[in-house]
Amino acid sequence: MINVLLIVLLISLLYLSIANRLLTYIKILAFQGVILFGVAFIELNDINTVNLVLILLETIIVKAILVPLFIKYIIKKNNITRETEPFLPNFVSLIIVTTIIVITILLSNSISDTHLEKISFIVALSTLFTGLFIIGTRKKIITHVMGYLVIENGVFILSLAVGNEMPLLVNLGIMLDIFASVLILGIFVNKIGDVLKDVDVDQLRNLKD
Amino acid sequence: MIGIYLIIAVIISLILFFNRKTQLNNILLIAYVLLQCVFTIYEYNHLNVIELVYFKPDALGILLLITLTIVGIPALYHSYLYIKGHEGNPRSRGIYFSAMVMLITAIGAAYLSNHIAVTWIFVEITTLSASALIYHHRNERSLEGTWKYVFICAISVTLIFIGILFLSMAIRQAGSTDLTFDNLLLKAPVLNVFWLRLSFLFIFTGFTAKLGLVPMYTAGIDAKDKAPAPAGALFATVLMNMGFVGIYRIYVVISHTTMFAWANHVIMIAAFLTVFVATVYMVKVKNIKRMLAYSGIEHMGLVMLGLAAGGIGYYAAILHIILHAFVKSSLFFQFSQVYRVYQSKSIYDVGNYFKYNLTGAMVVLIGFICATAMPPSGMFISEFMIFSALFKAHQIAVLVLIMILLTMIIWAFGKNIFKLLFTPAEDFDESHVPKINPLHSLSQFGLIGLSVYLGLNPPVQFVNLIQEAIKNLPH
Repeated sequence: MINVLLIVLLISLLYLSIANRLLTYIKILAFQGVILFGVAFIELNDINTVNLVLILLETIIVKAILVPLFIKYIIKKNNITRETEPFLPNFVSLIIVTTIIVITILLSNSISDTHLEKISFIVALSTLFTGLFIIGTRKKIITHVMGYLVIENGVFILSLAVGNEMPLLVNLGIMLDIFASVLILGIFVNKIGDVLKDVDVDQLRNLKD
Repeated sequence: MIGIYLIIAVIISLILFFNRKTQLNNILLIAYVLLQCVFTIYEYNHLNVIELVYFKPDALGILLLITLTIVGIPALYHSYLYIKGHEGNPRSRGIYFSAMVMLITAIGAAYLSNHIAVTWIFVEITTLSASALIYHHRNERSLEGTWKYVFICAISVTLIFIGILFLSMAIRQAGSTDLTFDNLLLKAPVLNVFWLRLSFLFIFTGFTAKLGLVPMYTAGIDAKDKAPAPAGALFATVLMNMGFVGIYRIYVVISHTTMFAWANHVIMIAAFLTVFVATVYMVKVKNIKRMLAYSGIEHMGLVMLGLAAGGIGYYAAILHIILHAFVKSSLFFQFSQVYRVYQSKSIYDVGNYFKYNLTGAMVVLIGFICATAMPPSGMFISEFMIFSALFKAHQIAVLVLIMILLTMIIWAFGKNIFKLLFTPAEDFDESHVPKINPLHSLSQFGLIGLSVYLGLNPPVQFVNLIQEAIKNLPH
């Protein structure tokens, strides 16, 4: 069951690489939040109730509901156009994301570690690098933020791998999620929209040498 | 004590945030300075005593905490002058000082933490408070600087967190779940090498954003440029030292494993590229504040080279990072006076500084001599030790290249500084030059003097502390 969920997550990454509209991105992020809840619920069987409630809050409430709504609000408020405006054609993006997945599979096959849950490791690393790839190849700042949220999803899966022995680390990961989302989105909603009218990275090119 | 310190500091920071009265603001700042001094002295007298499970003031932590206090007090004083000179509203003043207090507290706690996750939490808090300081002027440029800093630091703390996760996988194989640095050091020989290697790569890359090495140095430069100069002084010195502490503690663990030589190579490559990038930008840059920031990048590259070279390089690295903090912070403090005279950061708009502010010009000149590590500068000693360590480690090619790059840096640095000091500025209206009180340069002289003293004639306790800080590294 857990493998099915993880592989669905992996497929959502491929979909992310060819998605054309910001709204699709938001939907994928919300969908990933739901999947993460399922993974955490199945994987963390030794964990106490308080932690479980915390994880529930983090995945369902924050990742699947609050953050997507918030981004939607930002897009509406700042009149951001609905295209994602990648620098690369979608086909190339798809190939690159596929390559990332293949490389992480090869990498994890070279590890000789009996503790390692391979599929979750592969999915975590692919999510991480896909997030970085999205940050690097999309023009709008809001897409960079969404790329960062994808990275955080990857980190969350990774933290579940040690979650049963060290629940502290899962909690820290949740703290990172909430802290960074609030900080980044907070700056976005309050400031960037007011100071810069049409938001893309071209407007952030004044500081240079 | 550290618990009391953190609680009082947070309370002071909160009151500063909501307070609108000038008098209360000043009283709270004085109270915080006293608290910081008492805390530093207390921790100095309780070396290696574990507090609150996660904090242990070891030799390196104490050395850098003392540095933080010595740099932090003039930083608060110059912030006071800066805010007074700019006539901002009480609200932005409250946010500024609150963030400043929070930043100093978080950096101090990060130095003393003995658990990698605790260090990581305080690194996040420094990102938060630093972003409030960078956004102080609330205009488009400072927003750009803040956004870049926050975004890159968010990615860097994520990378550190991934490194911590890999570290926990490495230590799980050794049959433990305790991530304190003491325990990691104890278990170092039995840690899983593969996970440790991945973990080192991620933690190193993550901390480079704070330390200012290739690949993630970029955000720090914009931050130092856009933040008010007293805050920039903290970013360019003690905040970088915090990045050093993070890398150094993991490096000590790695030095007891079989991958030590590999880690040295990684550090060496990153450090060399850092000096190279610093040279390229030093030659090109026209903004004085950014030039100072790139000079800091160069020094961090040298520090990491010393670490990678080994031998006497360990001692030199720690000495260098402390002396650099004193010199660079005094140059940043001095910069706010330069800005008050010329109202510009560009090298094209400044000149003949000796005529307008004699004392300040002397600080700039002496600071320049110290920052480029010419003798009598204390940094000459540490840099010389780093070079001899490289020589002994048979890294002759690296040494020669670094020396060529450093020569270019000194040329570029000197060209700009001498333009500022001696060449008359074009189209400069002299009638509005403010009179600057020479006493405002006193702390800079003190800091530079201290760096010369500690380099040329280090007291015994100071040497002992450095020796103890590096005792866990192989000799």
